[in-house]
Amino acid sequence: MSILELLTITSPDVGMPYEWSIGIYGSKFFQEIRENQRFVGIRCSQCGKVRVPPRRVCGSCYQEMDELVYLPPIGTIVACTIVNYPFIDPATGMERPVPYTYGYIQLDGADNIFSHIINSRAGTGTISETGADKIKVGMRVRAVFKNLNEMEGNIQDIQYFELIEVQHGK
Amino acid sequence: MARRVAIIGTGQTHHRSRRLDVNGREMIHEAVTRALADCELTIKDIDAIVIGNMDHFEAINSVDSWSVEGSGGVMKPIMKVTTGGTTGTSVAIAAYYHVASGMFDKVLAIGWEKNSESDTTGAIVTCSDPIWDRYSYSGAIPSLATEASAYMEKYGATQRDAARVALRERSHAQNNPYAHMYGRPITLDDVMASPMLAYPIKLGDICPRTDGAAAVVFAAEGEAEKLAPHPAWVKANSVRHTHTWFGDVDQRTGLESLERASREAYAAAGIKNPADDFDVAELYLPYSYAGLKWIEALGFCKPGEGPQFIWDGHTDMGGKIPVNPSGGVMSTNCIGATALLRVAEAAIQVMGKGGARQVPDVKTALATGFGGCWWSDVFILGKDKPA
Repeated sequence: MSILELLTITSPDVGMPYEWSIGIYGSKFFQEIRENQRFVGIRCSQCGKVRVPPRRVCGSCYQEMDELVYLPPIGTIVACTIVNYPFIDPATGMERPVPYTYGYIQLDGADNIFSHIINSRAGTGTISETGADKIKVGMRVRAVFKNLNEMEGNIQDIQYFELIEVQHGK
Repeated sequence: MARRVAIIGTGQTHHRSRRLDVNGREMIHEAVTRALADCELTIKDIDAIVIGNMDHFEAINSVDSWSVEGSGGVMKPIMKVTTGGTTGTSVAIAAYYHVASGMFDKVLAIGWEKNSESDTTGAIVTCSDPIWDRYSYSGAIPSLATEASAYMEKYGATQRDAARVALRERSHAQNNPYAHMYGRPITLDDVMASPMLAYPIKLGDICPRTDGAAAVVFAAEGEAEKLAPHPAWVKANSVRHTHTWFGDVDQRTGLESLERASREAYAAAGIKNPADDFDVAELYLPYSYAGLKWIEALGFCKPGEGPQFIWDGHTDMGGKIPVNPSGGVMSTNCIGATALLRVAEAAIQVMGKGGARQVPDVKTALATGFGGCWWSDVFILGKDKPA
């Protein structure tokens, strides 16, 4: 792997002159997604909790962490909602396509929760699932990754999380 | 040792969706002149000013300087405080510190927002982490909706339970001529039939976007008793933040920041049984489900008992602990002013100036603030000078 890699967030038709540093562990997270299609969290030696995405300091213990923990791309919905109202996405300057479902997923082996789109192809106009009766807290989900040659090293390398039950039914 | 401090005057605009008749400075001026009139002072009597709003909402980034015509801050010590939803309580707490420190005797606290000039949801999305959260984060409403989804799953609370909270807020607002929703009562069925914004939050479950300003005058012991017949003494205040990452806040538990902040403030103010010891509460409840869950964090009832506590009428006018006689955040939400209005309304209740929204014989009042990544402020006021 090269020493310096730039994270790119695409903003069509809009100039976004920001460069954010995400740290060594933040970089490692996106490298693992791209190279091994798995998640990486970090364990605090004091409280023992595994948090994802990985960061250097456990806020609760104010303790520097260094024990990376690899996690499968599978977890459970802890909280979720279906967004029905349109708004301008400040990351793109464009209206975010609605409806879509987003929520917080507890990855197997993690103690905290991870925010992402659930079972919805945001941005492509193809909505897989936005029924309030079909997506519920407690359901099992699996991350769906982009094709390797399309990955850019950002959060959208995970396309969305998909209901495991739904996939079995296909 | 901190000096004793009291609130001696409050002022607020008549809150509306769009105040196209005034610019931001002129709107601030309305609230400030009303607060000064309330305690019969002039701007010359004010020693320092603390002001707050969400400056990136209106894309005005030097509000302390920009606002001086409205605030009266020309050639006065002035400090801007911006902390998201809690801006108004942060402003109040900073103004309290100014006076309690002994450095200033009379300090003006100002909160304001002109939401009609703002892309509120777009601006709030920029409060989320650009690398990790911003792609899926969708502003305040869906974020609160995720909390509601976890609460409903855990305790079996229903949309109708939440609608009962919305009904209380809007009913109380009909007693408050300043409220954005004054003159616009609703029914339980109206809330249930309103459009779904982000499941399970419907239009009737969420706060409005409001143009408005609030101002509060704080004074030191020695001055406060002379300037106000019934000053509202600051008994305690507390601030708690938990995490930076949205995903580190466990939505399956109670609102931890509010639990911790309230317990510290209760200990300082001698509150043992909050639902009995407080005569009134002005709570920062931005959406109806908070009216179920966050009163549990405050210890009004046990975890999971929020819905029954609401249906039993304990938080209605005339109940055990009336919540939000003003109509609350769901009836008026000028964001930088919203939490300061909680403090101002609690002070109004203690000072006995509430008019149609006055709770009889208020001795102790609770105010709260809430913001961004699930953080909380608590502010307690009382009729008796603290020990």
